[in-house]
Amino acid sequence: MSYGTPARAALLAAGLGLAISSAAAAGTYDLTVDYVTIDTGDFTRTGIGYNGASTPPVLRFAEGEEVTINVTNNLDVDTSVHWHGLILPYRQDGVPKISYPGIRPGETFTYRFPIVQGGTYWFHSHSGFQEPDGAFGALILEPKAREKYRYDRDYVVQLTDAHPHRGDRIMRNLKMMPDYYNRQQRTLLDLIGDASEKGLGAALSDRADWGGMRMMPTDIEDLQGFTPLINGKGPEQNWTGLFEPGERIRLRFINSSAMTFFDIRIPGLKMTVVQADGNDVLPVPVDELRIAVAETYDVIVRPREDRAFTIFAESMGRTAFARGTLAPRAGMEAEVWELRAPPLLTMADMALDPAMAGMDHGAMMMEGDAASGHGAMMKDADLPPGAHRMPDGSIMGGPGEDPFYAAGSGVTPEPAMKHGRFLSYKDLKAADPLYPDREATREIELRLTGNMERYIWSINGVKYADAEPIRLQYGERVRFKFVNETMMTHPMHLHGMWTIIDNGTGERDPIKHTVSIAPGTVVYTETEVDAPGQWAFHCHLSYHAESGMFRKVIVEGGPTTDRAALAPASGG
Amino acid sequence: MTTWTNARGAPALAMLAALAAPAGPDARAEPLIWGIQVEQAEYRLGEDGDVAAWDFDAFVGTDELKVVWRSEAEFAIDEEAFETLENQLRVQVPVSTFFDAVAGIRVDTPEGANRVHAVLGLHGLAPQWIEVDADVFLSDHPAFRFEAEYEGLITNRITLTPSIEVDLPFTDDAPLGQGAWGPKLELGLRLSYDLVDRAVSPYLGVYYERVFGESSLLASREGKDPGAVYFVAGTRLMF
Repeated sequence: MSYGTPARAALLAAGLGLAISSAAAAGTYDLTVDYVTIDTGDFTRTGIGYNGASTPPVLRFAEGEEVTINVTNNLDVDTSVHWHGLILPYRQDGVPKISYPGIRPGETFTYRFPIVQGGTYWFHSHSGFQEPDGAFGALILEPKAREKYRYDRDYVVQLTDAHPHRGDRIMRNLKMMPDYYNRQQRTLLDLIGDASEKGLGAALSDRADWGGMRMMPTDIEDLQGFTPLINGKGPEQNWTGLFEPGERIRLRFINSSAMTFFDIRIPGLKMTVVQADGNDVLPVPVDELRIAVAETYDVIVRPREDRAFTIFAESMGRTAFARGTLAPRAGMEAEVWELRAPPLLTMADMALDPAMAGMDHGAMMMEGDAASGHGAMMKDADLPPGAHRMPDGSIMGGPGEDPFYAAGSGVTPEPAMKHGRFLSYKDLKAADPLYPDREATREIELRLTGNMERYIWSINGVKYADAEPIRLQYGERVRFKFVNETMMTHPMHLHGMWTIIDNGTGERDPIKHTVSIAPGTVVYTETEVDAPGQWAFHCHLSYHAESGMFRKVIVEGGPTTDRAALAPASGG
Repeated sequence: MTTWTNARGAPALAMLAALAAPAGPDARAEPLIWGIQVEQAEYRLGEDGDVAAWDFDAFVGTDELKVVWRSEAEFAIDEEAFETLENQLRVQVPVSTFFDAVAGIRVDTPEGANRVHAVLGLHGLAPQWIEVDADVFLSDHPAFRFEAEYEGLITNRITLTPSIEVDLPFTDDAPLGQGAWGPKLELGLRLSYDLVDRAVSPYLGVYYERVFGESSLLASREGKDPGAVYFVAGTRLMF
């Protein structure tokens, strides 16, 4: 099931196509979970993979199919497989202690569930740090209905941040020293640079502001020192997808990283975004997009020239890049670009931190309302360069205008290409709304909180170990108000039910499984509570989830005779 | 997401667990965190004799409670004797965002007189990234100690670390050369390089110590210099 070469992939697709047409609506698949050797080109280490390979497998199912998946655990610890973004009975969701006990060493667990959706998804272990250690793959669900967009080639582009350290060691190091992996901290040399730029007084005062809060403007990537991979291949190993000039290529971007957001572009090609998190959106042509951890974006590109194009994915903190190539012939390469300068957080990114309330930084922040199109408010004196205040009091202009970032935020995406277009959540409009647009029945506030120095991440100030589950009623439509009080960006993932992001487009609000909440912002999402059982809900940054930014969600009421209750808890 | 149990080959247990699914309380047992941070492992070159010294914390615990073994020693090479040999067993509990309260016991077993103290203190990070310890030692020979350290990044791998420690005895303790209210001051300046990740960071530096007041008089009476400067070479270790 590996996706080594396009030829093999095509063969595989053809084979599966046959299988689907003949066997109609039932398929049996086998997955083994194994220790494998991961070779990134920069380092080699033992990790975890499927079917004995370090290349993430691609599983193709058809909407309407009843799948049977036998997962055999060849590790010496428990494992699990979570089907990320799939709507299924909760016992099949694959989260130890919430959906089921997990899969013990040597055991085979049989998943059985119907495929009720189409699109690009992924799967991964939900046990320990097996996912950062390599335990993930891609899921392609062929939709029943004819797709609205045409393409001649279809490639999965699955990104990850392979690290030379094992996940449990990384967690321990972060707990011992939260900046253990931050090698982009402000130094004396930076201070000298700042002083020559804006004067010693201003440079020192800036330092004192951050030092006073005991926070770092460089705290954008907790975990550095990784090698980004595309489909298991490092930048030097250069994963390549072949095309004939003039063909339309569908690229299914999946970010399976433990901790890393990527800014993706293919210089020379416009990317038309047609799907986000498995759900079609009205096409948006962009030059660049940021993919949060756990998100997927499907884009169509159409290279007309007979030359190679580089898929260039820089980490948000600009510490590393993933690189692949689209080429008419194997072995061709295109330019590999320099990493752009690393961003720095600003006081706007602290806007909603309660500790800021009593501080005299001038950045007197009020609650921003991302849904209405504007981020946190600032005094005029603190407006970013180039920004100006609109008559309604909102702030426009300045570097980046994405309402899903605080005005003046240091992490607002900036296109590499002058006048280039960067995808924003505000651009996403559902092509096929799944639910009628109705008033939410209630609102639940979720403050994203943390203590960076202790490396404890939490929701409403309480970490998972100390938290009560969130209880939802079957049939209600809940409005979640996310308030990010931390200075990091958190990709929040609710299992089992859709997350509809309120981006102001009403019935076309995009339908996702993961919503990225930037620092200093408030974002609203709505969920139709239509899946009984209990589900996981967490930040998808592995070390944030593990250190407490996690909740169990219990859906009370609803049908009890569904497959969830009937399905065996353990197969084998 | 923690693994449930590492026990192998317990089919009966597995079946029970399977029957009870979804099992377990909501709260998950968090794994224990542990680590060893050696701030100083160094050789001091001094006019009146060389000294080998260490200063480390080894800890195990959770977010809510840590048990720390703190050890400090100074071994005089010529005398082949420990001038200082201090071991503390400390329990740390968070009391604010950046500070832990400390309680524990300190046992001194240098050459000469031994001492046992109870320890009460605060450990944490002050504004401007200054790491501080403030401890009161309670015994027949009570004392107060304040330590502060700042890691100044020259680059992301080269660090200049100034440190200060003040020990203030409240009573005379002649065998240990301490006079009541006569403080001992230690100043350090160490330039380190992260050689292997953050695990091994060798350094060079200077170290200065001096006693004042009654303690200084005691030193003079014994014909010792109240102050001394050393050049130091050593390594920080963290694993």
